[in-house]
Amino acid sequence: MSIKNRARIVGAYEHPERVIPGKSVAQVHAEVALGALADAGLRLEDVDSYFCAGDAPGFGPISMAEYLGLKNLSYVDSTEIGGSSPIAHLGHAAAAIASGKSRVALITLAGLPRSVPWTGSLADAPEAAFEGVFGANTVAMYALAAQRHMYEYGTTSAQLAEIKVAASLHAQHNPNAFVPKPVTVEEVLESPVISDPLHRLDCCVITDGGGALVVVAPEVARDLDRRSVGILGHGEAPKHGANGRIDLTYTGAVWSGPRAFEEAGVRPDDIDYVSIYDSFTITVLEAIEDLGFCEKGAGGRFVSDGALVAPDGRLPFNTDGGGLCNNHPANRGGVTKVIEAVRQLRGEANPSVQVPDCELALAHGTGGSIGTRMGSATVILGRV
Amino acid sequence: MPDPGQLPAPAPSVNPETQPFWDATSEGRLLLKRCATCQEVIWYPRAICPECGSMNTEWFEASGRGTVYSFTVNYKGDGPYKSAPYVLAYVELEEGPRMMTNIVGTDPSQVSIGQSVTVVFHPTGEGPALPRFRPA
Repeated sequence: MSIKNRARIVGAYEHPERVIPGKSVAQVHAEVALGALADAGLRLEDVDSYFCAGDAPGFGPISMAEYLGLKNLSYVDSTEIGGSSPIAHLGHAAAAIASGKSRVALITLAGLPRSVPWTGSLADAPEAAFEGVFGANTVAMYALAAQRHMYEYGTTSAQLAEIKVAASLHAQHNPNAFVPKPVTVEEVLESPVISDPLHRLDCCVITDGGGALVVVAPEVARDLDRRSVGILGHGEAPKHGANGRIDLTYTGAVWSGPRAFEEAGVRPDDIDYVSIYDSFTITVLEAIEDLGFCEKGAGGRFVSDGALVAPDGRLPFNTDGGGLCNNHPANRGGVTKVIEAVRQLRGEANPSVQVPDCELALAHGTGGSIGTRMGSATVILGRV
Repeated sequence: MPDPGQLPAPAPSVNPETQPFWDATSEGRLLLKRCATCQEVIWYPRAICPECGSMNTEWFEASGRGTVYSFTVNYKGDGPYKSAPYVLAYVELEEGPRMMTNIVGTDPSQVSIGQSVTVVFHPTGEGPALPRFRPA
C-alpha cells in the first residue's frame, strides 16, 4: 500500500520563541499543538492519532495524551530516532490515515535544552561502555565523519562553511531566527575549532522551542479553508555501527532517500526546495550526496558557488535559516524541516527566500550521530 | 609503556556479557569475540553474532595492532573530558573491526588517518583498564 496522495498536511506551527525559561516542556508541546491545530482550523477533540518522540516528557504518548486532554485516540506512535523522529512520524501518520486507522493526526516536538540541560541518560545502551569512556560526545562523533570524508574525497573546511553561509543568508530574513546575522566563509573558518575539523560555526544553535504538524485524510482537508500540502512519499532507515565495520562517509539517507523518491515517483532533479537536517555542516553535505543530488564525494564542489542559496541557487535549502541559524528545538530539528517545506509549498516562506513556483519539496531528517548510529527519514511533499 | 598523559580514565559500566572483556583489560589483554558459526569477528563484544544471528560466540585475544580509520582533536569535551583537548578516534584493528578509542603518546597534531598504532591500557582505578592506542 502506498501513502502517495492519501494524506495531507493541513497544519504546521513553529514556536516563535528560542529561549523559554519560564515554561515546562509539556507546556511547550501544548502550545505548538494548539498552534498547528489553529493553523489547520481544527480542535483537540478532532485528533484521533498522536505522535511524539523521546522529547515528550513522561510515559511516551500516554502522558502527553492525558496532559493535552486527547480523548478520542485510536492510534499512537512514539518512534524515537532522535532528530529524524518527526519526519518518520509524518510517514507513519500518513500510513495510519491511508489504512483507515486515523483521520486526523497530531505530531508534536518540544524541548528546553537552552534553559534546562538534559538530564536523561543512554548509559544502559549495550554500546555505551565502548564509546563514552573515550570522550565521544556529539560534536566529536560528527567530526570523525567529517575528517574521513575529507580524507577520502578532498572535501575542505571552506566547502563545509559554504553550507553555513547559505543558511545565514536565509536567516537574516527570519525575524524569529536565533542567529540572524549573515556570515562569510572566512568567519566560519576563523571561529574556534570545537572538534577538528568542525568549527563553532559548523555547529547548529541550541534553542528552546518546538513545532507541531496536523495531518489529515484528503476528505477532511477538502472541508478546511487552509491550503493543504500533499504527502507523496516517505522512507526511513536506521544506520548503525554494522558490527564494527562502520563507514563514516555515508548516512542512512542512502536508503531512506530512494524509498521516498520511489514512492513519490519523482527524481532528485524534480525537487524545487529541500529542507535538509543541519545539526552540523557535514550532516548536510553527506545527505546531499546520499539523497542523490550529486555523486558521492562531490558534495563539497556541489555546495560551492551559492548552490544552496534561495531563491536562485540550484538547490535552495533551509530557507528559515535551518538548525545552523534559526532553530534546533529540543536538540532535534526534524519538525522544523517539515514546517519550512510546508511554508514553501504554500507560498508563505519569507518573500526574499520564497522559491518561485515551488511545487515539490523534500524534507530530510538525521537523528543520533552519523559517527556511530543514526535514524534517517525522508519525505517528499507536493503542492495540492 | 608510554606516558598515560593527562587523559582521564573513567570506568566503564560492566555487565555479565562484557565482564570477560574488561577483566582482560586489567591484565593488559585485548579480547574480541568471534562467531563460532560464521567465523566473523564481532565488535562491540556481545552474546549474539550480528552477522548471522548465532549465539555461539567465543573470546580470543587480538593482536592489539591497527590503523587509524578516522580521528578528531576535540577541544570541547564533556564530563571528565572537560580538560580537553584529546584525540578521539576509530582504530581499524588487524582483525577487521573499527573500535572507538583515543590516540595517546603523541602530539595530537601528529595523528593521521592510516597511521599504524598499537594498544596500551590505562587503568581506571576500578578494575577495568581503557584500551587506547599509541603510534606503533
